[in-house]
Amino acid sequence: MNKFWIALFATVPIMAIAFFLIGMSKGNGLWLPVNITSIGEEIDHLFWVILALTGVTFFGVEAVFIWFLIKYGGDKNPGKGIYSHGNPKLETIWTIIPAGILVFLALYQYDTWKDAKFKVNAPSQDQPVHARVTGGQFEWRLTYPGADGQLDTADDLEQVNVLHVVKNEPTRLQLRSRDVLHSFFIPAARLKQDLVPGMPNQQMWFTVIHTDDDPSQADVHEIACAELCGWGHYKMRGFLKVHETREQFEAWFQDALAKQNATTEDLGLPE
Amino acid sequence: MTTASPALDHGHASPHADDHGHPRTFIGKYIFSRDHKVIGIQFLITVFFTLALGGLLALGVRWQLAYPWKPFPILGELLWPESGGVMPAEFYPMLTTMHASVMIFLVVIPALTGAFGNFVIPLQIGARDMAFPTMNMLSYWFMWPALAFFGMSFFVEGGAAASGWTSYAPLSTVSQAAPGSMAGQTYWLYGLLCVGISSLLGSINYITTIVKLRTKGMKFFRMPMTTWSLFITAILQAFALPVLTAALIFQVLDREMGTAFFLPTDLSINNESAGIGGGHPLLWQHMFWFYSHPAVYIMILPAMGVVSDILCTFARKPLFGYKPMVLAICGIAGLGFIVWGHHMFQSGMNPALGMTFMTSTMLIALPSAVKTFNWLGTLWGSKIQWTTPMLNALSFVSMFVIGGLSGLFMAATTVDIFIHDTYFIVAHIHYVLFGGSLFGFFGGLYYWFPKMFGRQMSEFWGKVHFLGSFIFFNLVFFPMHILGMGGFPRRYADPYWFDTWKETLGMNRMMTVCAIFLGLWQIILVLNFVLSLFMGRKTDGNPWRSNSLEWMTPKVTPGHGNWGEKTPEVFRGPFEYGAPGCEDDGYLPQTAPPVSASESHG
Repeated sequence: MNKFWIALFATVPIMAIAFFLIGMSKGNGLWLPVNITSIGEEIDHLFWVILALTGVTFFGVEAVFIWFLIKYGGDKNPGKGIYSHGNPKLETIWTIIPAGILVFLALYQYDTWKDAKFKVNAPSQDQPVHARVTGGQFEWRLTYPGADGQLDTADDLEQVNVLHVVKNEPTRLQLRSRDVLHSFFIPAARLKQDLVPGMPNQQMWFTVIHTDDDPSQADVHEIACAELCGWGHYKMRGFLKVHETREQFEAWFQDALAKQNATTEDLGLPE
Repeated sequence: MTTASPALDHGHASPHADDHGHPRTFIGKYIFSRDHKVIGIQFLITVFFTLALGGLLALGVRWQLAYPWKPFPILGELLWPESGGVMPAEFYPMLTTMHASVMIFLVVIPALTGAFGNFVIPLQIGARDMAFPTMNMLSYWFMWPALAFFGMSFFVEGGAAASGWTSYAPLSTVSQAAPGSMAGQTYWLYGLLCVGISSLLGSINYITTIVKLRTKGMKFFRMPMTTWSLFITAILQAFALPVLTAALIFQVLDREMGTAFFLPTDLSINNESAGIGGGHPLLWQHMFWFYSHPAVYIMILPAMGVVSDILCTFARKPLFGYKPMVLAICGIAGLGFIVWGHHMFQSGMNPALGMTFMTSTMLIALPSAVKTFNWLGTLWGSKIQWTTPMLNALSFVSMFVIGGLSGLFMAATTVDIFIHDTYFIVAHIHYVLFGGSLFGFFGGLYYWFPKMFGRQMSEFWGKVHFLGSFIFFNLVFFPMHILGMGGFPRRYADPYWFDTWKETLGMNRMMTVCAIFLGLWQIILVLNFVLSLFMGRKTDGNPWRSNSLEWMTPKVTPGHGNWGEKTPEVFRGPFEYGAPGCEDDGYLPQTAPPVSASESHG
């Protein structure tokens, strides 16, 4: 029976490998999604560094654990174990080495974190924001400044749920909430930021550097809400549409603006 | 340290002290008991019910993730006849909220600190009872209003609280923000306040008892790890709880009295003004996590202590690095107060603060690593006995490694940007709280059952229970890691609405099927528990040949006052298995008189 239990504990690392392999081979939803931004590349790199470190530790610990179970768990009639209260030298070593690794891990994150979140590192701060994202139960409102470069003026373009950006251009967004907390989550950009009522100038920035090779995808990526915002939390599905060039974006923008103005005028007419 | 409080020593001088001066009525003895052992068992039995409730709520969550918008089996027609038994979208966040709230506040905390804390501490330190028996009784009875508030909240207008167990403002605070934020949220807040009172009464008691009522020779560094961990946990609780209590009262005031601690200026939800404003939603998060992060350690540290005791007993070896293990617990507890911001990396909190919290959080992994290495060190050179408590303890070690390492991904602020609020965190917390705390609880239950009831639980059925729980647990929760890597968001009633996640349905169905088996498998535990009460093998006072003091009571199941005429004297540490002068299996109890000159001076 002892062997049975040892085998059972030995299945844990095997199971871990199996699920990772399933995830990697299946992709869709079970592994890192496609990444399209430069910051996403850095985040993925850090993810792999941690995965490698924790992976080595995990298999190391499991190996020792199972080795000890085999070596010291086989007897039918156990007696007493070795009378030892520890080994200060060994304990010092296994305290200092992980401490070094952990401090390294923390320091190694700093630069990317600053790039992703420190407002001083946001691109084109002298320029107006690309768009404002307003989260509300249960939709995303996108407001683009018009020709005057100012938000909250008459020439703004208002859109729902689809954010249009341009490839290779730094994109800076202003995020705010209309009601409760939301979190603006673009899995393909690896980015996420909570929207907090009372904090109207939260920001997020990124540069899309990859686009899909597959034309049927039309470079649309999903946006989700990652902070529970009510019963329709799961319904806050938005899209990120990437335009290859500035011209394509402008063409869409003018078209959308014209449609918006037409609708506004239609509404102005008496029946 | 023989000085017990006068009230406790009263009437215990005669040879029949054990049976003297204690209540003889059924109500006095078993219902409103002030005996720490009865209170511990009361907590234990209550936990079986709350565990079943929390488990059912979890299965509701799993059903929706596997068969979204399909009629809920058995209960569906009863609950939602108008939709043909399909769960409404409003109900889903209530399930996740109440599952977590019940499991955390009514299962894990009362199971470890309530049941084991009460039953084990006085026995392990040689006390006759807790320092404040009446407070102890109240700490149990304050669980019931909490349970009642949580239970009733499902039946009030709007339904139960639905803003997550974290209850982030303003979703939780403004009644028009969600159906569950009507009356249900207020009930949730009152329920939690009662849990807080219960915990506080318990923790004051534990601290006082351990400081003042240790028997002669029971130095601090001769206490078993269970008592050490519960001691540190009690201190954590005593310092962290006031902040949560304040936060809960603030939220009650915001909801009922029109204050605005957590509500910003000009907030309007559902086209209705949310009041005067001037507060800040992040204040709630800071106050909530200032308690609730230490609470995570409140839920895992006692299990670590229990597991350390069990490992030593069945490894027939002293604990590897006893003092470093104690220091590691203290380290976790101390650092535990300066890491709460890691729950708020993406919250809008100043990102510079995020770097500070990342560094402190990385450091808290260190004592956890030290503990794991010391457990491995304990197994080195051991003579493993494959009992049910030991299997559960070994499983704790094995699962805690996964839960600990997965924590690093989220401690890293940058990686956390992506995996925050995905199933990765759900996987992590379940590996720590189920793989860790609950397996620790199972282990402790099998381990101390003979001391509680004088009989042993069936080893065979205990092992069957362990086998299924271990396998199904891993099949339910391990895949959550890879879902999380795919960005799969938590608290989504229907993630399949997104192209990114629609192909995860198959994996989710597999997990749900395993979750159902995991739930059903616990029936074996309940049956084993109940049947063993009456039919279990009768034991002597120390069936595991354990060295620590709780096994040295004069009666198999200690009576009122625990010890005979005098509380016992202790001569050595709790884990002196294999010390010079021991018996063949390493047995050398704490109470055995010194065998060498050096020991008698130690």
